[in-house]
Amino acid sequence: MAKLKVNGELLQVEADPSTPLLWVLREQLGLTGTKYGCGIGVCGSCTVHIDGAAVRACTLPIAEVNEGQEIVTIEGLSASNDHPLQQAWAELDVPQCGYCQPGIIMTAAALLAENPDPSDADIDAAVTNICRCGTFNRVRRGIHLAATMKKNGGAS
Amino acid sequence: MSNAPIKVSRRDFIIRSTQAGTAFALGLSLPGLGSGAVAAEGPAGADNSHTETPEVNAWVVIEPDDTVIIRIARSEMGQGTLTGLAQLVAEELMCDWSKVTTEYPTPGENLKRDRVWGSFSTGGSRGIRESHDYVRKGGAVARQMLIQAAAEAWDVPMDECTAANSVITHGPTGRTTTYGKVASAAAELWPPEHVALKDPDDWTLIGKPVKRLDTLDKLNGKQVFGADLKLPGMLNAAIKACPVFTGKLSSFDDAAVRDKPGVRAVVAVGENAVAVVAETWWQAKTALDALPITWDKGEHADLSSADIDAMLDAGLTSSEQVFVGNAAGNAEQGLAGAAKTIEAVYAYPYQNHATMEPMNATAVWTPERCEVWCPTQDGMAALEAAADAAGLPIDRCDVHKIHLGGGFGRRGAFHDFVTQAVTIAKQLPGTPVKLLWTREEDMAHGHYHPVTKCKLVGGLDENGGLTALHVRISGQSILAAVRPQWMGDDGADPVTFQGFHADGDHAISYSVPNLLVEHAMRNPPVPPGFWRGVNINQNAIYLECFIDELAHAAGKDPLDFRRKLMAEHPKSLAVLEAVADRIGWGKPAADGVHRGLAVVKTFGSYVAACAEVSVDGGKVKVHRIVAATDPGYAVNPQQIEAQVEGSFVYGLSALFHGECTLENGAVVQSNFHDYPSMQIKDMPQVEVIVMPSGDFWGGIGEPTIAVAAPAVLNAVFAATGKRVRRVPLKYAELS
Ligand code: FES
Ligand code: FES
Repeated sequence: MAKLKVNGELLQVEADPSTPLLWVLREQLGLTGTKYGCGIGVCGSCTVHIDGAAVRACTLPIAEVNEGQEIVTIEGLSASNDHPLQQAWAELDVPQCGYCQPGIIMTAAALLAENPDPSDADIDAAVTNICRCGTFNRVRRGIHLAATMKKNGGAS
Repeated sequence: MSNAPIKVSRRDFIIRSTQAGTAFALGLSLPGLGSGAVAAEGPAGADNSHTETPEVNAWVVIEPDDTVIIRIARSEMGQGTLTGLAQLVAEELMCDWSKVTTEYPTPGENLKRDRVWGSFSTGGSRGIRESHDYVRKGGAVARQMLIQAAAEAWDVPMDECTAANSVITHGPTGRTTTYGKVASAAAELWPPEHVALKDPDDWTLIGKPVKRLDTLDKLNGKQVFGADLKLPGMLNAAIKACPVFTGKLSSFDDAAVRDKPGVRAVVAVGENAVAVVAETWWQAKTALDALPITWDKGEHADLSSADIDAMLDAGLTSSEQVFVGNAAGNAEQGLAGAAKTIEAVYAYPYQNHATMEPMNATAVWTPERCEVWCPTQDGMAALEAAADAAGLPIDRCDVHKIHLGGGFGRRGAFHDFVTQAVTIAKQLPGTPVKLLWTREEDMAHGHYHPVTKCKLVGGLDENGGLTALHVRISGQSILAAVRPQWMGDDGADPVTFQGFHADGDHAISYSVPNLLVEHAMRNPPVPPGFWRGVNINQNAIYLECFIDELAHAAGKDPLDFRRKLMAEHPKSLAVLEAVADRIGWGKPAADGVHRGLAVVKTFGSYVAACAEVSVDGGKVKVHRIVAATDPGYAVNPQQIEAQVEGSFVYGLSALFHGECTLENGAVVQSNFHDYPSMQIKDMPQVEVIVMPSGDFWGGIGEPTIAVAAPAVLNAVFAATGKRVRRVPLKYAELS
């Protein structure tokens, strides 16, 4: 029995301590927005925030997470699709199949929280996610657009 | 459907013909997946019974609140076909676009209704180009019926009424009503036999860059993919098949894992695989990793890439199993009489589709019925696979389609994942089982982009004009393995010659007086498949890079050299000129930046690209690609742009990294660490020129993938003077 704080709620989970956070989120907590793509920390599909930092949940056993840490998943990023990134993504029609997108959005959200006006080089360094559909140019524009929206106070 | 005025109401007829055998026959309450966006858990309504509202026709349902539900038979896998097809229907329906939603009819329903939705197959860039006519008619027929219903209610002649934006107006009196108000009356009418489609000049929605209909749920985790599905009482399965393709399962020691947490069953799956079924997938996967398995690796246990290489090398000169794909004049004589000949050999490896969402399917089986939920590019084929594995008549099975987390050809012709899921579910009657492959399984059991090599010999006259070309492809036929029924009577695989045909959707863009294009079919025991672009990927590299070699040998500018061969190919020439013009061909590029061109006709569209690259310390950096595409009609230009950009990511990932090699009969690469894919840092600026010339319907999802790699390789030559003739590029010594 472990306790995890996910999207602001303290939750009890029953899973072997070696179970990766990804599978606890998906299978125990029903938070399937966080995706499985590789299971080895390479593709970024499983990215969540832990205390604000982008973390790949597929290689993190829940034994290494404590209940004091704030876990945020794509479902908890905003109340109603109104994070600047979500607004920018809608504006630019960024997703294709969409499978990688929660991971990319969570990666970009952590970047923006730390660096409100990232350069292209900052984006290149932070966003190492794989997208087989190839949405990268719109992802880049989306991050810049979200940064502008945030600066102008257009969104939360 | 007959137009006869028979007594039974049309509505009763449709209701009776669609209500038989829903999921409820299983005594289970299962979520329907009409639009692909449903709650992850709990019943969300049965399939397509979203509403009591009767359909106007097979394509259109209109709710009393004016919501328009458009039925989509093809599958959305990221390529935007859902939105494009809805635009086509809505254009003729003349409805309010802001009220449009979509849903998938099930393949089972399609069978029951005499295939009213036509083909479900979503591949070959055919979604729009092969169904534009009947889906537009579907919209037009529905519009007519709605207008007729209004006219009858008002007791006025139909031709005094017009429709726009879901509102019907009676001209002489100015009275109006809405589609929602007359939809149920329209549903009682028999459809008109003839409808005229709008003139393209009158289109208001086709050709507009409207937003996709499926974006919002992809931004917050709401979009439920097959991998995410959760049904009440569902168990989860992880699977391993024999890593050697033709090998079999010998035995496994289930006692070793039976007592592990959550494990419910360990089952053989067909002849070559074993699955662990557990409460959670992570438990199943963990137990499977610990399961002792012995394989009977069979006769190909020693197969390696070197063996396949040798097989293909022999095919470059052999006269056995050789088929001719295109011939003009006499290539042999042409080459013999040429002032100068040059020769080159190119090679292209096996590649995995590597869809972002690994293969999966969820199935529930009882002796009476089988239902499957899965991401599929071809619902009808998935249904056939399900019925086969279930051992039940097809009318007792159905498939519920879910938006795909990538397809690229992997989920169209092959439903191995459906067969497996049903085979597992059959061993646990009444219990829904979700089968999800690991990425490792996905890498090991692909249906790979086939391997080929190609030897090209070209002859130039004294003026540097191309007079003769001999192309010998040696390698694997997709059709021989996947669709033998589509092969020629002589055993030839026409798909091998994509981009080299004399005419048609995949015709060569040049006129060469003496031409011979041949294929020496060599089929290694590795399963090939249709992979986004199919054979145009390597054929475009072979031809477009070799044309560049010829231009160089002739001392000509690559654009000029091509122009001379393209007098009879004006549409191809137009896209080529467009990219050359935009990039400033002939004017110097930025310092250290070099350019390369490529042009292709494929999937019915004309495409060209010009790439700008620099090579520093042996590392290739692609800065910018200008691409032009003429698809005839352009349904949604902003989605075309997205497809062009996306195709470059797929094509350049293939060029820079994509390779599956074989050792001991098995694929060596196992995950994205050794089968890398492009990242945002590698992404060039992409400028897309959409130049629809009208009067034909070409494909969008695939064509441009073919021009990215040769344009980049030609630019790499311009930068380094070195020809890269083997994919992936990582083997090239460029410093
Ligand atoms: S699934 Fe975690 S990085 Fe790929
Ligand atoms: S949108 Fe499909 S993998 Fe990124």
